[in-house]
Amino acid sequence: MTDVFVVSDSVISPLGSTSADNFMQLERSISGVRRHDNSAISPQPFYAALFTGDNFASDNPYTKFEQLLIASIKDALQNTDIVTSDEKTILIISSTKGNIGLLETEGYNHALEKRISLNTSANMVASHLNFINKPLVVCHACISGLLAIITALRLIKSGIYENAVIAGADVITKFILSGFQSFQALSPGICKPFDAERDGINLGEGAATVIVSSNKRYANNIKLRSGSVNNDANHISGPSRTGEELCLVIDKALTEAGVSAAEIDFISAHGTATIYNDEMEAQAIALAGLQNSPVNSMKAYFGHTLGAAGLLESAMTIQSMQRNTVLPSLGFTNIGVTKPINICNTLMHMSLDNCLKTASGFGGCNAAVVFSK
Amino acid sequence: MNINKYILSHCAISKNAVYKNGQKIFEKAAANPLDFLHSTYEHFNLNYPKFYKMDGLSKLGLLASDILLAGESIIKDIRPQGIGIVLSNTNSSLDMDIKYLQSLQDFASPALFVYTLPNIVIGEVCIRNGFKGENAFFIFEDFNAAFIEQYVSHLLNNNLLQICICGWVEFLKDNYKVVLYLAGKTGGPSVKLFTKETMDSIFNNEAL
Repeated sequence: MTDVFVVSDSVISPLGSTSADNFMQLERSISGVRRHDNSAISPQPFYAALFTGDNFASDNPYTKFEQLLIASIKDALQNTDIVTSDEKTILIISSTKGNIGLLETEGYNHALEKRISLNTSANMVASHLNFINKPLVVCHACISGLLAIITALRLIKSGIYENAVIAGADVITKFILSGFQSFQALSPGICKPFDAERDGINLGEGAATVIVSSNKRYANNIKLRSGSVNNDANHISGPSRTGEELCLVIDKALTEAGVSAAEIDFISAHGTATIYNDEMEAQAIALAGLQNSPVNSMKAYFGHTLGAAGLLESAMTIQSMQRNTVLPSLGFTNIGVTKPINICNTLMHMSLDNCLKTASGFGGCNAAVVFSK
Repeated sequence: MNINKYILSHCAISKNAVYKNGQKIFEKAAANPLDFLHSTYEHFNLNYPKFYKMDGLSKLGLLASDILLAGESIIKDIRPQGIGIVLSNTNSSLDMDIKYLQSLQDFASPALFVYTLPNIVIGEVCIRNGFKGENAFFIFEDFNAAFIEQYVSHLLNNNLLQICICGWVEFLKDNYKVVLYLAGKTGGPSVKLFTKETMDSIFNNEAL
């Protein structure tokens, strides 16, 4: 069976412009989430992790969304031997709403229909960075980032490509914010995943890239071992009550990786800090026999970065493994889920050989990925 | 492991007509796409009231999947985790994005917002049928049969799925087209092989 190795990773968020910068902020328990009073996005003040200032030139032919993708991919490619113009290299883009902001500012017309399509952005980014293969685009709610990683794993294991550059981004606009407000899902402060007083999510902006390869020159790197996706078949906007399906997708990922539950050293959960999501995840983690593994959620650092989240949180998981450091789950004080899972509340140095990353999203979808040394 | 994969059935809906396995089985003039989808729902007696609250993309995908699966008794012998859905289109959920943004002038509705993701149609079909297997939604400029063949073949070859509904579902303003294929591992000489050439020839049928 082909092994797939992590070549490099990048995170661009309001906290920093490389994975290492971001990780350093997280080690100091610094959050990118803060209060914003921006009537263009929301009539009420709200808490989110947003880029502020004029980092994104409006006269640039690339939108903020595309500039974020390009910057993150360039950062990830630095100091690697990955050749974008190699026919064995594929670019995979992950996003939920991409350039939806254009619909808000320009309104619908035929030219906009073409410009706003995720294909257009993916093609522009691919062409700017000299990829010769047509990019793939994954658009699958909050599991988009993990599904993009799993798609890369499968394409490489099938022998179709040797290298995959997997990049995700989303930009928070009125469209997205109003939708989460309509669900009354937003926290009035910095979110508190898995805590007894959790009261909803924060949204966040960011871009992240993970590059993987089957080339043996990377054989000493962390491996992308396995990944699985499934559906609750229960409700389009509410998670399963039992966590049974997330548990099944975790089981499948562990089986494919050949790793037992007892061997999972750390879980990077979805942890949105909504009442129902965190409860469902705790049920699933306990049901999968992972109640002792340290768990964290990165949502209180970055907010929910939507189509970037699976990639961004995988990149931070990879950084954790490289440093043998588990980050505390920021915002967590007292357990607020009915299963006593092991939410990490202090920085821990420990050997991290096998780590699990999970995500769940609207439409009832669940995904799990295993990284190993 | 490479094994033979087959197209057990296929269903297409476009231009006020419904096709099952290449045969036109329903046609009706309609003032707009949603009118036609409602006529189709009534014609086939689908009896699933949730249909009415869905957006156009989900209605289209749900109708096509119901018609695709009608009479496919093989589905009943497969456990829910063995049945997956892999879909694609070019405009994501733009039809609903436009409607949601218009509605914001009054108030933001969660019932509309949830449909501003293209994978919701997959969720609706999973809920309707109790399917719990692999899911994926990809965005392409045009129907990419070669990729669908590669991706779904990987799922079937590696026993990640026993059967997969796959294809294309697009709904934007006055244009809509869905072509779904039921891909499985059991078939015989009379059943079409699951290949990009076969998918393309079905997809590019000029009546659609």
